[in-house]
Amino acid sequence: MKKRFHYEYLQASVGYYTALIGMGVLALIGVAAAYYMEHHGHVVTGMTNEIVWGMPHVFAVFLIIAASGVLNVASIGTVFGKTPYKPLGRLSAVMAAAVLAGGLMILVLDLGRPDRLIVAMTKYNFKSIFAWNIYLYNGFFAVVLLYLYTQMSQDFRVRRYYTAAGTLAFLWRLILTTGTGSIFGWLVARQPYDLAVFAPMFIALSFSFGLAVFILLMVALMKGDERPLGHGLVNRMGRLLGVFVAAAAYFTVVWWLTDLYAAEHRPMVGYLFFSGNVYSWLYWLGFIGLGTIAPLFLVFSRSARSSVKPVVTASLLTVLGGISLVYFIIIGGQSYPLVLFPGKQVSSTYNDGAFYAYAPSMPEILLGLGGMAVAVAIVLVASKTLRILPTTLADADVDPHLATGEVAQMKKAA
Amino acid sequence: MSEQGANRNAEKGREDIHKAASHDGMDEARREFLRNIAAAGVISLGGGLTLLTMGGGEALAKKPEEPLDPKKRWGMLIDTTKCSDGCQKCVDACKQENGWEAEPNSPHDVQWIRKVNVKDPATGFMMSLPVMCQHCANPPCVDVCPTGASMQRADGIVRVNMHICIGCRYCMMACPYKARSFVHEDIPEEEKRFHAPMGKGCVTSCDFCAHRIDVGKIPACAEACPEGAMLFGDLNDPNSELSKRLREIPTYRIREDLGTDNGIRYTRLP
Amino acid sequence: MRALSKHITAGLVAGVLGAFAVSAAVAGDVGPKVPVDRSKGECVLPGDEMRRVHMDILKHRRDATMYQGIRGGKQALEACLTCHMVKDEKTGKPVTVKSEKHFCRVCHDFAAVTVDCWQCHKSVPEEASRQAMIGPDGKMKASMIAQLKAFVHGEHGGRK
Repeated sequence: MKKRFHYEYLQASVGYYTALIGMGVLALIGVAAAYYMEHHGHVVTGMTNEIVWGMPHVFAVFLIIAASGVLNVASIGTVFGKTPYKPLGRLSAVMAAAVLAGGLMILVLDLGRPDRLIVAMTKYNFKSIFAWNIYLYNGFFAVVLLYLYTQMSQDFRVRRYYTAAGTLAFLWRLILTTGTGSIFGWLVARQPYDLAVFAPMFIALSFSFGLAVFILLMVALMKGDERPLGHGLVNRMGRLLGVFVAAAAYFTVVWWLTDLYAAEHRPMVGYLFFSGNVYSWLYWLGFIGLGTIAPLFLVFSRSARSSVKPVVTASLLTVLGGISLVYFIIIGGQSYPLVLFPGKQVSSTYNDGAFYAYAPSMPEILLGLGGMAVAVAIVLVASKTLRILPTTLADADVDPHLATGEVAQMKKAA
Repeated sequence: MSEQGANRNAEKGREDIHKAASHDGMDEARREFLRNIAAAGVISLGGGLTLLTMGGGEALAKKPEEPLDPKKRWGMLIDTTKCSDGCQKCVDACKQENGWEAEPNSPHDVQWIRKVNVKDPATGFMMSLPVMCQHCANPPCVDVCPTGASMQRADGIVRVNMHICIGCRYCMMACPYKARSFVHEDIPEEEKRFHAPMGKGCVTSCDFCAHRIDVGKIPACAEACPEGAMLFGDLNDPNSELSKRLREIPTYRIREDLGTDNGIRYTRLP
Repeated sequence: MRALSKHITAGLVAGVLGAFAVSAAVAGDVGPKVPVDRSKGECVLPGDEMRRVHMDILKHRRDATMYQGIRGGKQALEACLTCHMVKDEKTGKPVTVKSEKHFCRVCHDFAAVTVDCWQCHKSVPEEASRQAMIGPDGKMKASMIAQLKAFVHGEHGGRK
C-alpha cells in the first residue's frame, strides 16, 4: 500500500522569523568579513604563503562534502527504494543545493580576486580538477533542480522521470565528491595528500557529514513547526549514520596506514598523526573520539530507540568531528613542509623545512559561519515558499514497520 | 608550432609593429620601421630602450617586437660548487630587477628566489644553493590552474598571467618547489617595477625575467652572479653553450623523481 | 499622393540624420581632452579612434606580450604612459593614478569606468628608462640617437 504524503509550507511564527533574521545577520557579517579581507588583502588573515588555504576552505570544503551527502537521503528513497526515506526527498534536494551554495559562497569570497569570478566562469583549463569541479558544482544545481521538479510536479508525464532523475543526481554527486577529494588526492608534491584514497574517503565522509547535517536540520524544522516526527524514523537514520561514520573513519585509517608503511612518508605520519601537536589531537580526539566513537555509541544505544536526542547529539558530534577532520586535512596537511631534498635538513629565509604555523583569524571564521548561515537561510526560505516538508513524519505514516518499534523488524527493514 | 606562430603573426599583420616582426625580410622590415620612426623624430621610449639593448647575448637573438621562438626552451645550469654559503647576489639582483622586498622568514612577503641551506644529518655535509621556479616541462602549477592563468610560454618559461588569475592559490598547493607566492597586500606605487607587475590577490613567481629575455638579455640573477655560476641558455639548441656544458658533466634536478622535467639543473645537489 | 508621402519620408530621414550628425559633433566636444605630448610623435591611431578601440589594442597587446613575448614599440604600455605623461605642477614629477590629472583618469572618471590595470601595473614610466632616453632638454639624448642610427644602418652596436 502506498501512502500519499502531503507537503506544506512552514507556518509563520516568531521562532521562524527569529531564526531567519539570525541567519541573515550572520550572513551579512560573513560578507562584511569577506569585504574586509579583500580590501586589506589576505595579510589580515591567518593565511600565508605556506598555509595558502585557511579557515574559509575548512568551512567551504566541509559544506561542499556535506552537500552531496545531504542528497543521499533522497537517493536512498529513489534509487534504493527505501520507503521511509521517500517523504524526505524534496527537503533533501533543496537542502543539498542550499548547503552547496553556502560552501561555494565561502570559496568564492575567499579568492584573491573575487571580482574576477566571471573569468573562472569563462576561461577553463580542462586539465585542472578545479575547472572540472566548477562544471560539477554548477551541474549539481541543475541536476538537483531537475530532480526536485520531477518530485514536485503535478504532471504525471514529468513525475514518471522521478527515478531516472534521482539516479542521475546520485551518480552526479558521486562524481562531484570524487572531484572534491581529488583536489587533494592529486597533489603529487605534498606528502600528506597524493593518495587515491582521498576520493573514496571524501565520498564516505560526505555520506556521514551529509546525513548528520540533514538529521539536524530536519529535526529542527519538524520540531520547530510542531509536526509529528517518529522516533523510529530518526532511530533508523541514526543507525545508518553509524554505518557511514564508521566507513569514513575506516578510510582515514587506510590513509595513514598506507603512508606509515612507506619509510619515505613515516616522518609525515609521525608529525601529523602521532606527535601530540594540535593536528594529532584534532584527528584522534576530534574526529575519531568525538566524531566517530561517540556517535557510534549514541546511535546504537538503547535510549536511541525511545528518544531522538541521542541521534541528534550524535549528528552534532559528527559535524564537529567532521570539521575537525577537514581542518586536520587542509591546515595540518599544509603545515608539513614540502620535501625538496629528501632526508636532508634544510633552512632558508623562506621558511624551508619548518613546520608552518597557522592561527585562524576572526574574519575567516566569520566568513565561514556566514556561508553556513546562508545554507540554513536558503532552507528556511525554501520551506516557507515551497511545499517540501511533509506534514507528518510519524512512524505510522512513514512506515508501519517502524511503528512497532521492534528491533528485529527494524533490522529486516534496513 | 612555428606554423601556428606564423598564423598568429598573420592575424596581427594590420598593425605596423607586427608587420615589422613577420618572418619575411625581418631585418629589412625592422630597419625600415626604425628609419621611419627615426626620420619622423618619433621614438617611443619604452620601445626605444629595449631596441637598443638587443645586441645582447650570443644565443639570445630575440628582438623586442618579434614573437618568441617556440623551438627554444630556456633553461639554466647552476654550478653549485661555486655557490658560497653567505652569498645572496642572485637574490639581491632579482629583488632589484623585479621590485620585491622580503623580510627574512616573513610568511606574507613575495619571494621569487631564495638561497636554501641544506645539511645532511647523517654525514654533516652542508651546502647552499639558490632555488626559484624550476620552469618545468610538466609543471604541476599549470595543470591545476582552473583558468589557465598559470601558464607555460612556448619557449618553456612558466609564469602567471595575472590578468586572468583569480587568486585561488591552487598552484601554490601544487608546486613542489615552493616557488610561488601570493601577494597579500597592496603594493605601493613607488615600490612597483614597470616590467614586473604584481598586485594584491594574485599569485606571482619567477618568470626567468621574461621581460629581459624578450629583448635579448639574460635573467638578472644570472647576470649578477659574481662567480658566473648561473649559465643561462637554450636547452633545445644542441650548439648552445648550455647544451654543450650539459653534455660534458653530470647534472641534477631537484626532485627529479617527480618527473616534472625541470629546466633548471644543478652541478651538485645535496 | 504617393509622391508626396515619399517626399515627406525623405525629408524626415534627412532631418533625423542631420540631428544625429549635430548631436555627434556636440558630443565630441563635451568629452574631456586627453593630455598628450604631440612632440613625441603620432599615436597608434587617431584620437577619436583611440577613444573607441584603445581597450582592444591594450588587451590584444597584453596577450601578445604574455604569450608571445612581444615587447616595445608604440603599443607598449610604457609608450602610452610616456607620451601621455602629466607632470605635477609643483614637483615636476609625473603624476600617478592617484591624481585625477593622470591621463587615464581624465576620461575614465568622466565616463565612470573603473579600470583594473593599476592594482598591478605602475602608472608612470620607469624613471630609469626615461632617464636613459631623455636628455635635460626633454629630448632624446644624442648618444641614444647615435646608437639608434648605428643600429638602423646595420652596424650592430650596443653591448656585447
